Amino acid sequence: MSLEHRGRAPIGPLEYTRRWWLRAIVAVTFAGLYAPIVTLVAFSFNDSKRNIVWRGFTFKYYEKAWHDDSLIDAFVNSLTIAVINTGISTVLGVLVAIFLWRFRFPAKPLYEGFMALPIVIPEICMGVAMMAFFARIGWPTSMPWPLNLSSIIIAHVAFSFPFVAVIVRARLVGFNRELEDASKDLGAGEWQTLRNIVLPYLRPGIIAGALIAFTLSLDDFVITFFTAGPSTITLPVKIFSMVRFSVTPEVNAASTVLILITVVATAVMMRLQSPTGAKPPGPEN
Amino acid sequence: MDNWRKNPVVFWLLNVPPTFWLVVFFIVPLTLIWVLSFGEKRGVIDIEITWTLDNYIRALDPLYLEIFWKSIWMAGLATLACLIVGYPIAFAIAFAPDRWKALLLLGLMVPFWINILIRTYALIAVFRTRGYVNFTLEWLWERANGLLSWIGLGDWHLLGMRYEPLELLYNNFAVNMGIVYAFFPFMVLPLYANIEKLDKSLMEASLDLGAGHWRTFVSVVFPLTWHGALSGIIIVFIPALGAFFIPDLLGGTHSELIGNVIERQFKSANDWPFGAALSFLLMYATFGALALRALVAGRKPGLEV
Repeated sequence: MSLEHRGRAPIGPLEYTRRWWLRAIVAVTFAGLYAPIVTLVAFSFNDSKRNIVWRGFTFKYYEKAWHDDSLIDAFVNSLTIAVINTGISTVLGVLVAIFLWRFRFPAKPLYEGFMALPIVIPEICMGVAMMAFFARIGWPTSMPWPLNLSSIIIAHVAFSFPFVAVIVRARLVGFNRELEDASKDLGAGEWQTLRNIVLPYLRPGIIAGALIAFTLSLDDFVITFFTAGPSTITLPVKIFSMVRFSVTPEVNAASTVLILITVVATAVMMRLQSPTGAKPPGPEN
Repeated sequence: MDNWRKNPVVFWLLNVPPTFWLVVFFIVPLTLIWVLSFGEKRGVIDIEITWTLDNYIRALDPLYLEIFWKSIWMAGLATLACLIVGYPIAFAIAFAPDRWKALLLLGLMVPFWINILIRTYALIAVFRTRGYVNFTLEWLWERANGLLSWIGLGDWHLLGMRYEPLELLYNNFAVNMGIVYAFFPFMVLPLYANIEKLDKSLMEASLDLGAGHWRTFVSVVFPLTWHGALSGIIIVFIPALGAFFIPDLLGGTHSELIGNVIERQFKSANDWPFGAALSFLLMYATFGALALRALVAGRKPGLEV
């Protein structure tokens, strides 16, 4: 007994995380998850064209990417689409969330099912549907920038705003409706109550929703691939065509930039979503 | 919750813009390809809607049936691999001390935030002939050979004259690994949520009564957490079934999946009615999977003896 007390306590029957075999599985799996990404990022700084052995640190592929006009155009397109999509999707998503939270109406489960449809159907089906739709209605393809991005933006909004709605609705669950009643009792109208009571409470949810709309749009490849015309390339579509052509460090550099933006945006979103994250300004604090 | 009649103005104001967007830019396009799937190709862009079933009959051609079957098989295999690796990982997270739990969950999610296309591309450097898996194996081969010479067996060339790199890329194996790598967290998260909720005293009781860890897993843990497994299976299987750029980037000439066939009908082959029929078949398969899950999840969870 005394020997055991001096060392670490024996492994309890349910202390699985102290067993070597489970630790080994976790270590190998996480190594497998991270190794490809770490390699990709590391080799964007590697001073070698062939991307196989490390030959010293360099920024030259970032410089090269920076001077590649088609790559920069694709990047600007991606950001423009993402920003406009975020604006429209956030408004629509918040409307749906408040609407579903507030009202009881016939066929509500059916309505909710339709709203979830863009989330569940295979991306490729939505992609080809959008492609066929814009071609059949004769949506103009040769418009000046940024109007030529309109079809991509429309498609992105269609799949992003249901996600925003899900996130904002999750936040509304915790809302105390007595606050709304109090506001109305004190003489505020619908609009005033929405602006001064509901929206301030929703703010972290709205920001989180906006960020998810931003990342979804920036990251989307499949739907953009089908909707985009030859003059409306986005960064993921550009990376796809570069990868198909050849594997070069410039692709790694462009990918690293995209990774950085999405990881930061998602981290901020997660922080806002967590209960310990930003608290809304309100009576509780 | 208010009845909508109580405040119809607010009801319509909130409802009309998103409903309009969803109907015009989502339901209408889907309906359009549904209608196109009953059409016939007349010219380069002319499609006549004749309400023919030819496109669906053509999908039953052995060539396409084989690709359909292969897609289901590949997606199923990748899902199984996710399940086998996912259970221990979900277990580890659920049983980890609180501080580690948050860290492990975050560690699992971060790669998942990265663009799926970039993650697929990242696998190329790992799997190619002069990639890291082969480098590691070559290093191990040299060490093993060194060991053999040391014990005096060096002249026999037991491991071959030189290291032959494995062909890991541009085949079905690579496509499977790509699918697993792309959708793995989808499997772990629902499993974790279910194992976390599991009453641990049931496991203690099983271990106390003499069952081993494996027996406890098979007879207690799995029956109580298979709802999570089912959710994971569905949300890995559905996107895996429609994947088209993973086989495109990692697969070889014989790794074509149904997603690639659909893509080709809409891009290079330019046969929209047939592509539309295939995408609707894919969609029906998806709905079937979702319905199956709803059906099974609707039943009371519990130990069925």
